[in-house]
Amino acid sequence: MLTNVLEYLEQTAPRLPDKIAFANEEMGLSFQEVSQQARAIGSFLHGQGLYKKPVVVFMKKHPKTIVAFLGTIYSGCYYVPLDEEMPRHRIELIFQTLQPEAMICDDTTAALAQEFDFGGKVYLYDAICQTPVDDQALAMIRSKQIDTDPIYIVFTSGSTGIPKGVMACHRSVLDYIEHLSEVLRFDEDTVFGNQTPLYFDACLKEIYPTLKFGATTYIVPKQLFMFPIKLVEFLNQFKINTVCWVVSALTMISSFRTFEKVIPEHLRTIAFASEVFPIKQFHLWKAALPNARFINLYGPTEVTGICCYYEVDREFSLEESLPIGRPFKNTDIILLDENDKEPAPGEQGEICVRGTSLTLGYYRNPEKTNEAFVQNPLNDMYPELIYRTGDLGKYNERGELVFLSRKDFQIKHMGHRIELGEIEVIVNMHPDVSTACCLFDNEKKKIVLYYVGQVDSKDVATYIKEKLPRYMVPNVIRQLEQMPLTPNGKINRNLLKEQYAQNK
Amino acid sequence: MEQLLNILAELHPDVDFKTEEQLIDNKILDSFDIVTLVAEIDAEFDVAIPAEELVPENFNSAKALYALIERLMEE
Repeated sequence: MLTNVLEYLEQTAPRLPDKIAFANEEMGLSFQEVSQQARAIGSFLHGQGLYKKPVVVFMKKHPKTIVAFLGTIYSGCYYVPLDEEMPRHRIELIFQTLQPEAMICDDTTAALAQEFDFGGKVYLYDAICQTPVDDQALAMIRSKQIDTDPIYIVFTSGSTGIPKGVMACHRSVLDYIEHLSEVLRFDEDTVFGNQTPLYFDACLKEIYPTLKFGATTYIVPKQLFMFPIKLVEFLNQFKINTVCWVVSALTMISSFRTFEKVIPEHLRTIAFASEVFPIKQFHLWKAALPNARFINLYGPTEVTGICCYYEVDREFSLEESLPIGRPFKNTDIILLDENDKEPAPGEQGEICVRGTSLTLGYYRNPEKTNEAFVQNPLNDMYPELIYRTGDLGKYNERGELVFLSRKDFQIKHMGHRIELGEIEVIVNMHPDVSTACCLFDNEKKKIVLYYVGQVDSKDVATYIKEKLPRYMVPNVIRQLEQMPLTPNGKINRNLLKEQYAQNK
Repeated sequence: MEQLLNILAELHPDVDFKTEEQLIDNKILDSFDIVTLVAEIDAEFDVAIPAEELVPENFNSAKALYALIERLMEE
């Protein structure tokens, strides 16, 4: 039985030493190079006395970034990937939680890293990957590791304004990769085109199956997701046959009628997650690639990537939506109503997850962890944790799970999971803003901000861009004379929504 | 041109679209902005921008984008 994700690499590197594992449009690293550099970095971090500590990986999106992750695992530490475009304010907020002692940078980020309020050491990838490998030390570290030891932390939006660090271990990642690979039928011939950022768990879908099977992952340049024909030409150039993308990246291609000009001719597996796939766009994909498999994936970061899947096996009309199907093997879904009981068949309930796929919880945040990772209320006999997703779902007449909505103000925007509350906290921090309220225009997929204050929208936009990642910046910013309130004195979101719909 | 500048200003009130000529290269516009822009240009000018015109050169400045709209309106 596998107990460590590095075993994937160790089984494949001797078998396919010269095959390219991770590449971009300019360069690639073979399995041998990945193995060599990861062990060098592991040896280096060990030499610095780091063990069971968070190691921040602050690098541009690059094959070497992935090797930095693996090197961190070799040292017995856990990697914390950060978006190199994230504003300094938010990075420092994350550091307050993390208190990191070490950060791996590349030559594009090292100067920036020096500006942070950060007490730890900054290491350059290109320097530390030259470290002689200390096989004895790495073997000693391995002998003490167990499969519930953590391997990464990824930070996700928090409604109180403080991002939450979700921490996962070897066991849950192995469980995920084994079952995902079975469903999506990855193999040695799989050529992935990676779209999702490396600083979220979404990229697990490419990184670990690549190591497991000796497949290849090409990192698709982010800019191409604005220019659909160039994007498809990239997929064709590198013979990419498998994509696991957010829905908005796929609909960007289909909605511009790209398929009338060019078809991604090698694609055979199209998996998508994070949002609901509009059926009209789905039909365009299906018509362009009638022989490809289309698989809808669902799952929150807290249960290690993805927990449910549905392979499209029938026709859908425009008013239907694709189900999220059923859980992976070794994962169970239960629905709970407001009274923590199972709802009647066909009725809605909160989607709750049971299984090895549960992550370890939120880093240095027992309060939030205990709210979401709770004792299964259907079991009062022995300890058993479930994760409460906050998503509402139901079973359709075919017995497939269907996503309905959120219980709270979390949204999905361009594949990113965002707490509207976190944006509101930031806007309320502006000295000249008295109140702020964020809505989501679900039809046009726009984040809409209403605020009251003696400051124009231009300055509010500038302020937000200094504090929040790009994908959290509202798409529409409107100033109000006063905020509409409910009789209880709370912001009247429904009235604001109506006003917005009328004045679009 | 004024109409187009209004659309752009709604997207990013903090950007001076009259002078900025590196909207793509300086990462001011992202893929969501492009999708929104194309939809709003369609609604406002009744011009459908085809996929082959979605290239960085056409979106790097308001001027270039307006030239594209004018060209498509004439066709």
